[in-house]
Amino acid sequence: MSGPILEIDGIHAGYGETEILHDINIHVDPNEIVAVIGPNGAGKSTAIKSVLGLLNIRSGAIRLNGEEITNTPPDQVVTRGISYVPQTQNVFVNLSVQENLEMGAWTRPDGMAERLEEMYALFPDLRAKSRQAAGSLSGGQRQMVAMAKALMVDAKVLLLDEPTAGLSPKYRGEIFQTIRNIKNSGVPILIVEQNAKQALGTADRGYVLVDGANRHTGTGEELLADRDIARMFLGGRE
Amino acid sequence: MWMDFGFEFVNFYLVPGLVLGCIYALGAVGITLTFGILRFANFAHGELMMTGTYLAWTFGAVVLATTGVVLHPLITAIPAMAGAVVLALLIDRYFYKPFRDAPTIMVVIASFGMMLIVRSAVQVIWGPNQIAFVRGIDKPNAAVREFTQSIDMMLLIPNKHFWIIGGTIVIVLLLHYLLEHTRIGKAMRAVSDSPDLARVTGINVEVVVRATWIVGGMSAVMAGVFLAMDTQTLETTMGFRMLLPMFAAAILGGIGRPFGAVFGGLVIGLAEELVAYPWIGTEPLISPGYKTGVAFAIMVVMLIVRPSGIFKGRTF
Repeated sequence: MSGPILEIDGIHAGYGETEILHDINIHVDPNEIVAVIGPNGAGKSTAIKSVLGLLNIRSGAIRLNGEEITNTPPDQVVTRGISYVPQTQNVFVNLSVQENLEMGAWTRPDGMAERLEEMYALFPDLRAKSRQAAGSLSGGQRQMVAMAKALMVDAKVLLLDEPTAGLSPKYRGEIFQTIRNIKNSGVPILIVEQNAKQALGTADRGYVLVDGANRHTGTGEELLADRDIARMFLGGRE
Repeated sequence: MWMDFGFEFVNFYLVPGLVLGCIYALGAVGITLTFGILRFANFAHGELMMTGTYLAWTFGAVVLATTGVVLHPLITAIPAMAGAVVLALLIDRYFYKPFRDAPTIMVVIASFGMMLIVRSAVQVIWGPNQIAFVRGIDKPNAAVREFTQSIDMMLLIPNKHFWIIGGTIVIVLLLHYLLEHTRIGKAMRAVSDSPDLARVTGINVEVVVRATWIVGGMSAVMAGVFLAMDTQTLETTMGFRMLLPMFAAAILGGIGRPFGAVFGGLVIGLAEELVAYPWIGTEPLISPGYKTGVAFAIMVVMLIVRPSGIFKGRTF
């Protein structure tokens, strides 16, 4: 396939009257992990949410495989193949793990058994807990459920909003490993991360957003090596 | 022992308490589902129940007048449920839908207005006077009475009470199947859990909302028909009088918890009847005139002590 899977093309967007994103450009190509980093309040999560149709896009366009989906309502965005894992409250706490996965497949209910099997293969920890309420799991396990739930549809691209926030280093490593596994299974990923170092280490390309605008763009390694970025986010010294 | 205690207690307090509890339980299911999924306290729920019961009576009366056949109230409940569901869906489409993103309090007040509109409409159509829902005296079930014939442990339970308790058990089992084992039922629980997450998961929330009105409307009509079978009368205020105990039941069980609402309904129904039992001395512990106060007291205590209810529902 040629051209990007997902393209955020020069969007200006916000909630109600307030504009939060000023001319944001991000694209995700097939078979890559793209990381979006930046300080708190830079508009990273907002950028992801604009794809979902959760906020008002005033100008610019969102395209999926070249097809414009700007301001499409969330349930239709999901039907078109964009899966999203919110940062918090990303599982149905009162539903069992398996029921969460079944809900993830709402837009594509056929072949449920095989896809559940695929998910338990990708997230082996979840198999034993399939009948437990998702709310009873640890933070890391919930994140796994949330990601598995998002992958239950044939996602063309997976959007992750700070998947490692608040997790222990052990789980953080596991989540990034899973993200690489997901990419290897053929699903490109757009990830927003606070944890810039690990995110850029995993990503093929990265974007740095500051104050709702693009600041830097490059491969993961380039951005990691950039002194400016190191000083801003990576805790590096001059 | 049975002579002094059991006979009177079981026949005149425990069984009627259970019957009342079943009626509250079915009513509270709709309240708690609407509260959990549409996120507002629906004051018009009692009116939906009342209107459905009037529809059931009308259907029975029309069949009687045209064919001379007396239908059992549970048969008349079937077209009544269909009618009430259509009404609920129309009200949702044209009245509540524009409020979908409005603050909760606006929707609650809108539902209060809907309550007045529906009740007035029913009064215009059927008149404000009491109507006999079922005629004649429902004698205690003969088989049960014979079986327990010794006066020491005789059970005097009219057939209508068997229908109500048995019917409630069947409905609750169906509800359990729906919510735990069907796709739409699981989606209802998912939306109740988090509407935002449901939306970004791709669940069509409007479909779930319609399912909620269907399930809530049907159980409300069953509650209303059971209530009318029990009291054998129809009144335009029956829904309103049910509102407080139904809310108390929903809160006791935990908002958004249908089985909590069933449990809460049974507790409130039993409590209302049992407080009138002469536990101490020969006078009722609390005069039956204060029955409704019991539901209110339970609701207030729950809201203070444990606002999330027994089964840990939502708090607002």
